[in-house]
Amino acid sequence: MYKASLLNEKFAILNKSLWLPIISVVLVIALWGAISQLGGLGKHVFPGPATVLLAFNELFNNGELIKHSVASLYRVTVGFYLAIFLGIPLGIVLGLNRTLSDMVDPVVQFLRPISPLAWIPLAMLWFGIGDKPAIFLIFLSSFFSLTMATTVAVKSINPIYFQVAANFNFNRAELLTKIIIPAITPDVITALRLTVAVAWLVVVAAEMIAVQSGLGYLILDSRNALRMDYVMVGMIVIGWIGLSLDLIMQKFSRVKWTAH
Amino acid sequence: MSFIQIKNITKNYTNRRRTKRSPGDASKAGELITVLDNINLEFEEGEMVCILGPSGCGKSTLLRIIAGFDTDFDGEVIIDGDKVGSASSEHIFVFQQNGLLPWMSVWDNVELGLRNMKDSEMKNEQIQEYIDLVELNGFEHNLPYQLSGGMQRRAELARALAVTPDILYLDEPFTGLDYFTHLKVREEVVNIHEYIGKTMIMVTHFIEDALVMADRIIILSDRPSCVKMTRKLDFSRPRNMNKNKDLGDLRDEIFLMLGVSYVA
Ligand SMILES: Nc1ncnc2c1ncn2[C@@H]1O[C@H](COP(=O)(O)OP(=O)(O)O)[C@@H](O)[C@H]1O
Ligand SMILES: [Mg+2]
Repeated sequence: MYKASLLNEKFAILNKSLWLPIISVVLVIALWGAISQLGGLGKHVFPGPATVLLAFNELFNNGELIKHSVASLYRVTVGFYLAIFLGIPLGIVLGLNRTLSDMVDPVVQFLRPISPLAWIPLAMLWFGIGDKPAIFLIFLSSFFSLTMATTVAVKSINPIYFQVAANFNFNRAELLTKIIIPAITPDVITALRLTVAVAWLVVVAAEMIAVQSGLGYLILDSRNALRMDYVMVGMIVIGWIGLSLDLIMQKFSRVKWTAH
Repeated sequence: MSFIQIKNITKNYTNRRRTKRSPGDASKAGELITVLDNINLEFEEGEMVCILGPSGCGKSTLLRIIAGFDTDFDGEVIIDGDKVGSASSEHIFVFQQNGLLPWMSVWDNVELGLRNMKDSEMKNEQIQEYIDLVELNGFEHNLPYQLSGGMQRRAELARALAVTPDILYLDEPFTGLDYFTHLKVREEVVNIHEYIGKTMIMVTHFIEDALVMADRIIILSDRPSCVKMTRKLDFSRPRNMNKNKDLGDLRDEIFLMLGVSYVA
């Protein structure tokens, strides 16, 4: 008896955490359908879920959707990796060298709050049109935050660990691989997670200018063709991919050496 | 082989704080604070010395200087005739807070001091030997956070001892342990000292620890600190303060010296 009721309770909890999100999604879609039907704006201005589903099917089957998604993901990936491979090492150097960080920090601090979108004119002038300016903008959107976050993480390493390294005669390579990198990993992963979200926001905006592909371009092009159903498909896919990126980063962000 | 001489050590810190440490604190930012004022000490080989002193008097600072972590001071530290200029893997420091690397297992932490050994079989044997010594067998692959406070401290002792250091520096090694674990780890350190016979310099603010463990007690005064007293303890171990009247008297004397007049 007792066991059975306990089991039931478990199922109830399981059901709850499973059903509540589904219910809310269904509700939102229903609401969306109702507004599009009753709002009086018409199918071309405010397409409902059924119209968008059809459009999705169409864009998926003719390969457009995949082509544009891949184009966007490609730019984010390249820009993001560039930022990682330049920003993290730079952050480590700055974190270890006080003189250098006193010199570079103000510059980074100043450039960081400038929206990457403000760089668009220069990016187009310097890199022309195509992937390059978009990648450059993604890079900018991640680079400064990653550099700063890494610098701060290195500066906040417990000095005891450096004393341990000195005590056991670590060389430079060992100091890097056995102390610095493991110590900053949790903070850097958190920064990566925030950065990838921003990069994904920026890529869509960047693609509205200067390129002929990508989800941002799909949205802009569909608007010009007055196909709001395509616009909505683009938005939904952007949401999905953004969510997936975040979930992937979340998977990585479980660092195994702290209690929490 | 280690005969440590400390000659005329004076250490100043530049006060970086804007806020006062206490209501009576008159120090200003940028001001030089003298922490150690002309300290002269000698340590015999194999000796177990406990350094006592009020909180903030500079005990950790002194120990860090002797160990070569801090080279920004006036005076000289000479070990075995050589001037100390940097930290050395023959003199291991056990830290006041946890000094285990939290991203490495107990095994990997103990391996740190032995990582350059060529013969891996011998290395593994040695790692295991010291893990066994501190009774952590079965926990080799645990990460530090998966151990209790006392086990962490023992793991750090194993890491320090595994390199068979000439000198062991212990900075309040029992801080943060519950009373019972404190006594257990303390007993372990006493046994280890008896077993390996190496020089140990321990900083503590527990007078009882010093009385139970030390061959010699050194008391530092309040900041700027100088040596207020050094006393040899010729009592056999294990020691019991309640049974040995001389030891009890010494305890009262030390308490008085540190400004506590009433001792239960
Ligand atoms: N890096 C530092 N900068 C400025 N003052 C310091 C620094 N480290 C320690 N001090 C000061 O030096 C004094 C002695 O510190 P410490 O050696 O840690 O004391 P103890 O270990 O005896 O409690 C304290 O008053 C502390 O505030
Ligand atoms: Mg201290």
